[in-house]
Amino acid sequence: MIWNEAKECMSRDEIESIQSARLVKVVNRVYHNVEYYRKKMQAAGLEPGDIKGIEDLSKLPFTTYEDLNATYPFGLAAVPKSELVRVHASSGTTGKPKIAVYTRRDIDIWAECAARCMTMAGITRDDVIQVGYGYGLFTGGLGAHYGAEYLGALVIPMSTGNTEKLVNMMVDCQATAIACTPSYLLHVAETLRDKKLLDKVKLRVALCGAEPWTDNMRQQMEDLLHIKAFDIYGLTEICGPGVATDCECHKGLHIWEDHFLPEIIDPATGEQIDSSICGELVITTLTKEGMPLIRYRTKDLTTIDKTPCECGRTMARIQRFKGRSDDMLIIRGVNVFPSQVEAALLTIDGTTPHYMMVVDRKNNEDTLEVQVEVEDRFFSDDVRGLEELSGKVRSALKRAIGLNAKVKLVEPNGLVHSDGKTKHVTDNRKLY
Amino acid sequence: MLTKQLTIFMEDREGRLCEVLEILKENDINVLSASIADNGSDFGLFRMTVSDTEKAYEALKAKGMMVKITEIIAVTVPHRTGSLETILKAISEADINIQYMYGMASEDHQAAIAIKTDNQEKALEVLKKVEHVTANTN
Ligand SMILES: [Zn+2]
Repeated sequence: MIWNEAKECMSRDEIESIQSARLVKVVNRVYHNVEYYRKKMQAAGLEPGDIKGIEDLSKLPFTTYEDLNATYPFGLAAVPKSELVRVHASSGTTGKPKIAVYTRRDIDIWAECAARCMTMAGITRDDVIQVGYGYGLFTGGLGAHYGAEYLGALVIPMSTGNTEKLVNMMVDCQATAIACTPSYLLHVAETLRDKKLLDKVKLRVALCGAEPWTDNMRQQMEDLLHIKAFDIYGLTEICGPGVATDCECHKGLHIWEDHFLPEIIDPATGEQIDSSICGELVITTLTKEGMPLIRYRTKDLTTIDKTPCECGRTMARIQRFKGRSDDMLIIRGVNVFPSQVEAALLTIDGTTPHYMMVVDRKNNEDTLEVQVEVEDRFFSDDVRGLEELSGKVRSALKRAIGLNAKVKLVEPNGLVHSDGKTKHVTDNRKLY
Repeated sequence: MLTKQLTIFMEDREGRLCEVLEILKENDINVLSASIADNGSDFGLFRMTVSDTEKAYEALKAKGMMVKITEIIAVTVPHRTGSLETILKAISEADINIQYMYGMASEDHQAAIAIKTDNQEKALEVLKKVEHVTANTN
């Protein structure tokens, strides 16, 4: 089933002419309404008239996390504050969170996009859907919620944190669909199995996102729950879940090109490259009013396939991500940068010891162990003294990244590699 | 009564203890007493007194080990019922906390112990006044 066939199945020519018209408009809007963008364009010697269509896209300067940081919180807003109705945020590389502001129309378009995604996964107004993403600054909960309501499904806003309640309500309300992170769904599946409730649930479809996952995990959840599982993509800065989703063909995620203009660049040179070659995904929002983003660098590495899909849709497909062009990790759905861990360790006594983050997935839950080298300055010959040290590190990490990490004290020189360079992350999850 | 002790930080992994003893053997250092404490999961502290503390310290440091020299109180008491209790009571009545203690090598009919408290000086004063407690010279 297709939610909006007129849009989702346009010809490539139609798609590109809509994109060109909208790009010209959004560039004009940000030039006249956002001082920061105007200065950036002027510095690049550009005037709005220089952008006549998508063929001129590569003339425009990129927008990065650093730009969001420099304009935090509302410096990129393209409308007066009275027009804004919502803020979402997620953690950034350093102090300031990545923030995005939305107008009422932005929220409506986001809901339309999310509804398209849900329809693609086979969800209809007859479904009962549990939203198991966090509700709050994180876009997952509210994004999936508005999309499902717009679609007309019956929404159960579970949020996160109470699996027991979620599985009970899944049985009681005969939920047929769920939206949550893939690792959480596997945890839910195991809980159902352990409680011998698997044959009492009516679940048939899951829409999973907010963290990378593999076909292997899809197979696992489909086998365990007898459902169909789909991948949904979104990011705080653009809008949460609803930017792209995979259809039943599972050959990439259809991205809503009438609202989001995707391109692939070489992350090292910044040059636009053939989108069938793996590079960094860059997105320009074509219809956003609150905080339009021009050539926003997502740091996600992928390719784009613009050929029509067997499902009937013509909207381009971004392939499953092949990695990140920065060092961001997604742990239990939370964005974590090694620099945050480094800053947290710095608060212990003013200098950063050697450290290593070991990320793993055990019983379908992400685990983070931070190994810290014991140095002379905090070496106590007393077990309790050392345990106090790990306690301090643990609370500093909790404050900085909002996750409970296991802290392991290790011997000196254990973390330095033979080439003298210290690696800070070992990710054993093999997600890409 | 004060003696120098080596404390070595060790990750809880196989063979680490042997590595330490191997280094000491290579340097002709004799281990006089040893004790191991751990936090029950991932690390341990190997404490020992040796025939040449400075030399042992340098040798272990050179091998990249996290090692530290601490002064402990080393005393002997007669080998009979209640001896140990007498000294522990004296220390606790003086409001001093024992951080750890362990047995050391000693002559016949004597029990030798190593004690580390949160106030070593005061503990020494206290112990000097306890009958039959002498410094362990081993
Ligand atoms: Zn398709």
